Amino acid sequence: MASYVAKPVPPNQDKRWKLVDATIRRQGQQSRGLIETLHTVQEVFGYLDGQALRYVAMSLRVPLSRAYGVATFYHFFTLKPAGEHTCVICMGTACYIKGAPQLLDAVQKDLGIHPGETTSDKKVSLLTARCLGSCGLAPAVVYDQEVAGKVSTAAVREHLRKWTHA
Amino acid sequence: MTPEELEQIAEDERAERSRYTERIHVCVAAGCLSCQSQSVKDALDQEVTKRGTKDRCQVKGVGCMGLCSEGPLVSTSAGVLYKKVEAADSPAIVDSLAGEAVSRLVCATDVPFFQRQKKIVLENSGNIDPERIEDYIAADGYSALIKALTEMSQREVIDEVTKSGLRGRGGAGYPTGLKWSTVSKSVGTQKYVICNADEGDPGAFMDRSVLESDPHRVLEGMLIAGYAVGATEAYIYVRAEYPLAIKRLRNAIRQAERVGLLGASICGTRFSFRVDLRLGAGAFVCGEETALIASVEGKRGTPRPRPPYPAMEGLFGQPTLINNVETFANIAPIIRNGGAWYAQIGTEKSKGTKVFALAGRVENTGLVEVPMGISLREMVFEIGGGIPEGRQFKAVQTGGPSGGCLPSTCLDMPVDYESLAKAGSIMGSGGMIVMDESSCMVDVAKYFMDFCMTESCGKCIPCRVGTYQMHRILTAVSQMTATQQDLKMLADLCDLLKHTSLCGLGQSAPNPVVSTLKSFAEEYKAHIEEHKCPAGVCGRQEGESA
Repeated sequence: MASYVAKPVPPNQDKRWKLVDATIRRQGQQSRGLIETLHTVQEVFGYLDGQALRYVAMSLRVPLSRAYGVATFYHFFTLKPAGEHTCVICMGTACYIKGAPQLLDAVQKDLGIHPGETTSDKKVSLLTARCLGSCGLAPAVVYDQEVAGKVSTAAVREHLRKWTHA
Repeated sequence: MTPEELEQIAEDERAERSRYTERIHVCVAAGCLSCQSQSVKDALDQEVTKRGTKDRCQVKGVGCMGLCSEGPLVSTSAGVLYKKVEAADSPAIVDSLAGEAVSRLVCATDVPFFQRQKKIVLENSGNIDPERIEDYIAADGYSALIKALTEMSQREVIDEVTKSGLRGRGGAGYPTGLKWSTVSKSVGTQKYVICNADEGDPGAFMDRSVLESDPHRVLEGMLIAGYAVGATEAYIYVRAEYPLAIKRLRNAIRQAERVGLLGASICGTRFSFRVDLRLGAGAFVCGEETALIASVEGKRGTPRPRPPYPAMEGLFGQPTLINNVETFANIAPIIRNGGAWYAQIGTEKSKGTKVFALAGRVENTGLVEVPMGISLREMVFEIGGGIPEGRQFKAVQTGGPSGGCLPSTCLDMPVDYESLAKAGSIMGSGGMIVMDESSCMVDVAKYFMDFCMTESCGKCIPCRVGTYQMHRILTAVSQMTATQQDLKMLADLCDLLKHTSLCGLGQSAPNPVVSTLKSFAEEYKAHIEEHKCPAGVCGRQEGESA
């Protein structure tokens, strides 16, 4: 018998918690909805922070350790806010064969950061993808959700220069 | 929804279609979209509106036409395919409907890339609008479901699938009919169907294209499967990295619910079926069925020992049928045309067609569907158009990180489950990456091992520690610091991982290493004994490249 547990209160007055609550309700407040709920949190807030994880864990009645475990197990979830722009370099096999490592080297050198990091001025985040499924256009890069195909080292450098000097 | 109502929708749609004497199809699948095909479609729309011919000329967004490297692709009712179209070309294309083709944009379709294909899974893609259920119904869509529900018993549906000889398209090639039959015989209060759309292999984009180009085809396959095995609930586990596929699937589910093809008492029968999406969150191991089930249950995606197989105890402990996207996409034509028809295509043990994502160092990259048993040479040199820039073919990699690299001596081998396995690779989900002399096979093996190491879920030790050790040795080889002893250790580790890992990820992780050690031993030797990389890839310090 599940005993009555008071519904947890969102961490703050932010309206976006209503969207998170809607997902939790749709999943019947059951633990099986954990991944779906984390997807919603990341979609509306951009990342998962401690208070969000705590709130989701309490709402779905799962241990915080499990929520944290799931959030860190899957690559898609991020616990840190992203920069103003994101640059995702595809490291799929087709892109790798066609020169993605060289693109990554150039970007790392220009920005001075590694994949998964954000520049200190919070302008650009650099990420790598396992495969975007745009193998016909290898090597592919995603600039802020927009996929660009057959990218050259010069092109990616030029694009990043626009962002960093904007 | 009754069969008569379905027929009515199809007739209305066909009548609507016959109003147009001219048609322009623009590819709006992911490949062409990233080459701005949406703006091409908008420009064509505007051009037609401007000329006031909107009531006789239809501009339609359609699914993938295959030749992704030449996108955006546009086809017209005059029977011409245009490549690399830009928005500014739209007046010329609209002109060409009544006159001469625009020669500078024409893409030849009488070449092997198009001629050698046989389309079953992709028959609608490039012809129908993936966002409209009416278009799918007019192309005989959902007629297989109606046939199964009204004319066939559950047993007959399974028999038909068994007769077709269809095998799982996710990679392992387990006979689909047998799987269905096991689930149908299992006892449970609730049975589930899961569609595995967690296409994780780098270099593979077949499932994505099918979902983006013809989502209803997959739903229909799942419905028929649900009816056959007695399941009423289904999940599609799709990668969160495929936003367009997710959008089109959501749209397709909503449309099917609206016309009564999903929900309670479908077609006036007692069969009811509900489909929900579950988004993957970027874990390669979730392609393994028990890990996938854990993920649908909202847990970390770690596999568990089998048996019990998901067919007995799967999602929430109930009997569960898991099939891949392409497998489900094959079901409707099999029910419509009969299993015997399907069994005529392909080889003795591998029936039907297979969709491949051809990429890497070939002239034509994109999506192709070919009958099983075609030779690798035909794939690479005829359909693929050979290696660009006059370079030499070196290897073709199939099956992603679980597959192997096949050298030129394997070129005349037929592409089917058994032959690929015998040569040390696997069919896999259908990624086919061609490599030329500029690729170093040690570097490629290292790349895949890095992938497996990162993606290992960490549950069993052989995979977690073994992939790390193998990656360490391969890194040493590529830095020219390895010894013969290291090489022996590498071979031993391959054997260990293969036989002691818990799931397919660990068991197949050594495949790229084993196959390159076997076919390209001289490259390893050159790295170790002569301290040089024949392809000139390794030894290049990070950061100093291009």
